Amino acid sequence: MSVLPHGPEWEFELLERYDQVISQTAAEFGLDTYPNQIEIINSEQMLDAYASAGLPLGYPHWSYGKAFIRHEQAYRKGYQGLAYEIVINSSPCIAYLMEENSLMMQALVIAHASYGHNSFFKGNYLFKQFTQADAILDYLVFARRYVMECEQRYGMAEVEELLDSSHALMEYGVDRYKRPQPQSAKEREARRNEFEEHERRQFNDLWRTLPQPAPASAAAAAAAAVFPEEPEENILYFVEKHSPRLAPWQRELVRIVRKLSQYFYPQTQTKVMNEGWATFWHYTLLNRLYEKNIVDDAFMLEFLHIHTNVVSQRGFDQEGYHGINPYALGFAMMQDIRRICENPTEEDAAWFPELANSDWHKSMDFAMRNFKDESFIAQYLSPRLIRELRLFVVADHVGKAELEVDCIHDEHGYKRVRRMMADQYKRENLLPDIQVARYERDGDRSLTLRSPVFRGRPLAEDQANEVLRHLGRLWGFPVRLEAVDPEGRIDGYREWRP
Amino acid sequence: MNYLIDRRLNGRNKSAVNRERFMRRYKEHIRRSVKGMIAERSITDMAKGGDVKVPAKDISEPSFRYGVGGDWESVHPGNKEFVRGDKIPRPEGGGGSGGGSEGGSGESVDDFVFTLSRDEFLNIFFEDLELPNLMRTAIAEAEDKKLVRAGYVKDGTPANLSVGRTMKTALARRIALGGPLRDELEQVREALEAAARAGEPQTRIAALESQVLDLEGRLARLPFLDDVDLRYRHRVAVPRPAARAVMFCLMDVSASMDERKKDLAKRFFTLLYLFLTRKYERVELVFIRHTDEAQEVDEDTFFYDTQSGGTVVYSALELMQQVCEARYPKSEWNIYGAQASDGDAFGADPAKSARFLRERLLRLTRYFAYIECPDENQSGNSSLWVEYEEVGSSDLNFAMRKVFQPQEIYPVFRDLFRKEKV
Repeated sequence: MSVLPHGPEWEFELLERYDQVISQTAAEFGLDTYPNQIEIINSEQMLDAYASAGLPLGYPHWSYGKAFIRHEQAYRKGYQGLAYEIVINSSPCIAYLMEENSLMMQALVIAHASYGHNSFFKGNYLFKQFTQADAILDYLVFARRYVMECEQRYGMAEVEELLDSSHALMEYGVDRYKRPQPQSAKEREARRNEFEEHERRQFNDLWRTLPQPAPASAAAAAAAAVFPEEPEENILYFVEKHSPRLAPWQRELVRIVRKLSQYFYPQTQTKVMNEGWATFWHYTLLNRLYEKNIVDDAFMLEFLHIHTNVVSQRGFDQEGYHGINPYALGFAMMQDIRRICENPTEEDAAWFPELANSDWHKSMDFAMRNFKDESFIAQYLSPRLIRELRLFVVADHVGKAELEVDCIHDEHGYKRVRRMMADQYKRENLLPDIQVARYERDGDRSLTLRSPVFRGRPLAEDQANEVLRHLGRLWGFPVRLEAVDPEGRIDGYREWRP
Repeated sequence: MNYLIDRRLNGRNKSAVNRERFMRRYKEHIRRSVKGMIAERSITDMAKGGDVKVPAKDISEPSFRYGVGGDWESVHPGNKEFVRGDKIPRPEGGGGSGGGSEGGSGESVDDFVFTLSRDEFLNIFFEDLELPNLMRTAIAEAEDKKLVRAGYVKDGTPANLSVGRTMKTALARRIALGGPLRDELEQVREALEAAARAGEPQTRIAALESQVLDLEGRLARLPFLDDVDLRYRHRVAVPRPAARAVMFCLMDVSASMDERKKDLAKRFFTLLYLFLTRKYERVELVFIRHTDEAQEVDEDTFFYDTQSGGTVVYSALELMQQVCEARYPKSEWNIYGAQASDGDAFGADPAKSARFLRERLLRLTRYFAYIECPDENQSGNSSLWVEYEEVGSSDLNFAMRKVFQPQEIYPVFRDLFRKEKV
């Protein structure tokens, strides 16, 4: 095969040829992907995509306008560049490429998004559990239409209020340990219509006048006293199913927000892995093209320049340090796994007996499929990499006048550094644990949330009160948030009343 | 199967609807910001867009977050000298590096700032304002004419000949006139054939043959193009509202008009100018300043050149009328007048000016506004104000207001041009 041309300008024919060779090379490595749909867009469209969290269409809401304005300003004033690409977890897998990219960049981005991310979307267990790639576009269309219909029927202000409140609780709209049932948007809509129709037909005002039966026995009454029986972590779900106030259309809107939250959940849990995997593959694929003499030296130099920028990790004391760069960490770990498989040292063999001298394809594929950031780091961060990155842990404890260096990259520290690094990506570390504890169905209909105080960390006051107000709006009756200390005593208490 | 799609031609501005919603939601903030901007802006950049600040508190989307406090650990790269157990003083601000970088307070506390485009700015600036009653009369009275196409007519100049239309008519005429002939010709031909087959007498056949020739001749003689076919494009003149306006800025520059008063006047003129430019395609400005005599000057001289002398308002009004007659005929221009003064006028001048205004100028102008900037401690009404008040009570296209502070300019302006409720 002859050398493909490159340069600042690209044309569709060339892109197609690059895509072809990259696709062939990816197949050599056995990457399993959804079909690809590569779309070229301009910077304005990229800004649009930013505002809607990368989704090709969303329902209208002011917060997206705010996001758009924020990105646009940052971009126009030069504070922020735009991403080279955005890729959507859907089937076909849609990748947006910026028209400004040079031909080399387009090739890089195709390898990164359309083969790297794409195969991750298809293979990783979280994505498999929480998203349905072939249904998401349908669902977005449905959601947009439904929201707009509601706006026409019930007024923009009503819908906006409800969406505001649901958005405030968006992060608490995921069942982490339940697997959602696959159901296409069409089925969902059909079911909803059927349900509404059924209710309409069965409507009989008489039912309202029937006296409610008294609880059969004292035991049953006691059992009914605490509802739900088990705490419910999916607050939006609980609101959708049990809110005493919401009309059916409002429940459906809550559900839409919840579904989107669920769709994004795997992405929040796999940043390091996802980017690391995609970066590893663009690096590996383009290097392979170079080995096969499909691209020349100049192409590779330009590529390495960009690639190095992407995976650079600044030290804590350097300017521009913003914490761990997920691209850098992910890429380094992926490379490290391959290295351990191919050329293990004694140390590696001791730490990773199952990896050393195994087939790197299989080992990496296994890692990609079965982990999320937290478990991936806990499993695969090697002492050698800890030394290379010179990682150290700083402890900030209440009641101590100074910060303390907890452990560093030495023999004593490896395990602890690794544990701490993994914890940093734990959901509990970023989001306070808050669950529905009680719904007084037979009393004042109030809802009680409970938040165990985790290592003395308080909730951010103002925000918590605001969110509680939003929850109150959805619930329509008093809502309470209790902070519970490790011994199970109620420590703090806040309340919102309509 | 992979697809490569060029989306660049697809609609941009997908987010426009979201941006618009955002603006609607924060309209109050934006309005407040715009008012503030007007107060502190200089005239020259009044019409630019501007930054609107919305306090972060009002715009935040809350969510449950960790606050500051509690035990944290954080991992950092690039260790050079630390060993286990080293103590590091807490960074300024208390929060602690761990709490700050991960838990933190979520959103930054800065205000959310965004830029209004010039149009958005002006829209809010002039929201709910309208030229009182006048646009409609302007359209009704306008004498400016415009030619518009109005179908086709049968006569006109060759230059207006519509070839396509003419050919169409000709074709229609040929079909219409030729139809009966063709029918007849067909019948005769059939008859001829029948006669030939039946072996009818030669004379009968010859008669039919000559009939055929005759009909064919008549068909051939139908003219391809006839005088009656000619069609000409028709144009009629319709009255059109004059899309031009001229604005007269009249200002007293006598010694008593100090910088403060001039500044007030300037602000008012600017607002009026901006407002007019939104309503008319073209707005011309005429600056007339006066002491005891009036002068037409350019903008810089008007606002910044100092002069001293007495005060004769009448001279300025007279000059305005002369300029109108010379350069801005009423039939072609929408004329607006804005006068600013501190109200000092002496002797017969106020009464004379008021009469001239009522009898001559208000006939010419669409609207005439008088702004008085009296001394801050002045009580009672100036002589000019008293005289003008009478004019105001009888004429609809005259308005007057007093302004003491720059902040009042905008409300007064809004007051003058408030959209009339239907």
